[in-house]
Amino acid sequence: MSPLLEVRNLSVAYGAIEAVRDVSFSVEEGQVVSLIGANGAGKTTTLRTISGLLRPTRGDILFRGEPIHRKAAHEILASGIAHSPEGRRLFGRMTVEENLQLGAYVRDDAAGIEADMRRVYELFPVLGERRHNKAGLFSGGEQQMLAIGRAMMSKPKLLMLDEPSMGLSPIMTQRIFDTIKELQSQGTTILLVEQNALAALALSDRGYVIDLGSTTLEGPGTDLLADQRVRAAYLGEG
Amino acid sequence: MTTLLQQLVYGLILGGTVGLIALGYTMVYGIVQLINFAHGEIFMVGAFGALATFTWVIPEGVKGTWYITLPLMVIAGAVVSMVLALIIERLAYKPLRNAPRLAPLITALGVSVALKEAVRLWYPGATAPLPFPKAFLAGNIDIGPVVFPKTGLLLIVVTIVLTTLLQIYINKSRMGRAMRATAQDPDVARLMGINPDRTIVLTFAIGAVLAGVAGVLYGIHLTNISIDIGFQNGIFAFTAAVLGGIGSIRGAVIGGFIIGLVKTIAGQYLPGGTQYDYVWIFVVLIAVLVFRPQGLFGETERVRA
Ligand SMILES: Nc1ncnc2c1ncn2[C@@H]1O[C@H](COP(=O)(O)OP(=O)(O)OP(=O)(O)O)[C@@H](O)[C@H]1O
Ligand SMILES: [Mg+2]
Repeated sequence: MSPLLEVRNLSVAYGAIEAVRDVSFSVEEGQVVSLIGANGAGKTTTLRTISGLLRPTRGDILFRGEPIHRKAAHEILASGIAHSPEGRRLFGRMTVEENLQLGAYVRDDAAGIEADMRRVYELFPVLGERRHNKAGLFSGGEQQMLAIGRAMMSKPKLLMLDEPSMGLSPIMTQRIFDTIKELQSQGTTILLVEQNALAALALSDRGYVIDLGSTTLEGPGTDLLADQRVRAAYLGEG
Repeated sequence: MTTLLQQLVYGLILGGTVGLIALGYTMVYGIVQLINFAHGEIFMVGAFGALATFTWVIPEGVKGTWYITLPLMVIAGAVVSMVLALIIERLAYKPLRNAPRLAPLITALGVSVALKEAVRLWYPGATAPLPFPKAFLAGNIDIGPVVFPKTGLLLIVVTIVLTTLLQIYINKSRMGRAMRATAQDPDVARLMGINPDRTIVLTFAIGAVLAGVAGVLYGIHLTNISIDIGFQNGIFAFTAAVLGGIGSIRGAVIGGFIIGLVKTIAGQYLPGGTQYDYVWIFVVLIAVLVFRPQGLFGETERVRA
């Protein structure tokens, strides 16, 4: 069976600057896969290209065996890939509920949307209690919960999370990682980009290291965790 | 006192017209950050479209029956303006979606001139002002010594009703939410599955319908129209949108009323009279922008309540 997502020899440029060069990886259905790498390595650029916000200069992106890299972003979302972008990017002047409704924009099953909204509120009770408050008024951790909840609302096959633990306390970070585990157990496939390489690799089925725009190392999360080079470069060990 | 009250009435009527047009400027700016300078001409063409419908389409027998002609003309004006705006968006603005900001701005100016000249060339008799049908109740409502023309009252009521409906649509409906999302963060709106082209087309269409309706009611109230009404009212409306805070629905309409009132009051009481009433509009604009550069309701609530 072909993987759920396959990225082959992907290159992406901003004008003359090539930010991603020859990146390849794949995500099997039901897995949590993380991309790790230093600042500026090209992780965000890779996710933005998968979700259709950027066009590759070379390479292919296959989702369920079909090429998607020429599709528009809204079509890619509709085909089953949700992307929670770096820095949360909530609609700050809208309420929690409106943000979640926007997450479910492409759906028209009112009852199902209602049920999924309740599920988000169960997962993150603070969101339910303050569902009519403007998203911009929430704390960083609460906003991150909302960003994940919003991305879940489209019922994606593949959920891409770009640095969901950015700026969060260790306790909040743990909550987010527990949530990722829980989403996986409910059948969502997850592509995770994290600065927090240790925690990310510990819960990943597979990890890829991106360095200077290319994939340099890959393997099961626990193997990468044990790899001397990874430990040296990303886990602050020498 | 009577004079003042009377000027307030005229100010509100002008304000209603300006406010309805200003909604189109502010909505389009909120979504695509374009000052659509052709919008004033869309208002003008809507009025001419309704006049053409009255002249050549509506049967002679019902021309004197206002409750038949008024709805037909309003629909005609709205449809003509909307179709025109969508053609302009498709042919002139869409190809420039990713061009530097100045390009669509200059294009908008060019479209504006082209529309005005097209009407001058091809609309029979449009080289001079044309009489507009009195498709509403004639006469005034007398409030003591102050007279309120019924056609003016219609304009104000329609402005308030349409603005309220628009607010409800933008704040409560699914497409309204999509418009607000696109205004706040276009990339993330796309990540929600929102098709930006659809949102943009819808925004142009709504703005143009409002301008078309304004054009018809303006013609009925003033009893004649000319090819110059677009530029004149377009400038007022653009100023109203900036004054109210560009991107804000409420700001555009309130800005419209402020400008209407400033113009009539200044024309009556300030030195220079109606010769200089324009100047005072811009004095007020500058005074507001000095203290609130984002306008009265700007920035903190773009394309919002
Ligand atoms: N809009 C842009 N225009 C030009 N260059 C960009 C743009 N966005 C990113 N880059 C460059 O592309 C490279 C990859 O950036 P990217 O954001 O993908 O990295 P990243 O791996 O997500 O980094 P971080 O861990 O800091 O988020 C960097 O060198 C960056 O400076
Ligand atoms: Mg990044």
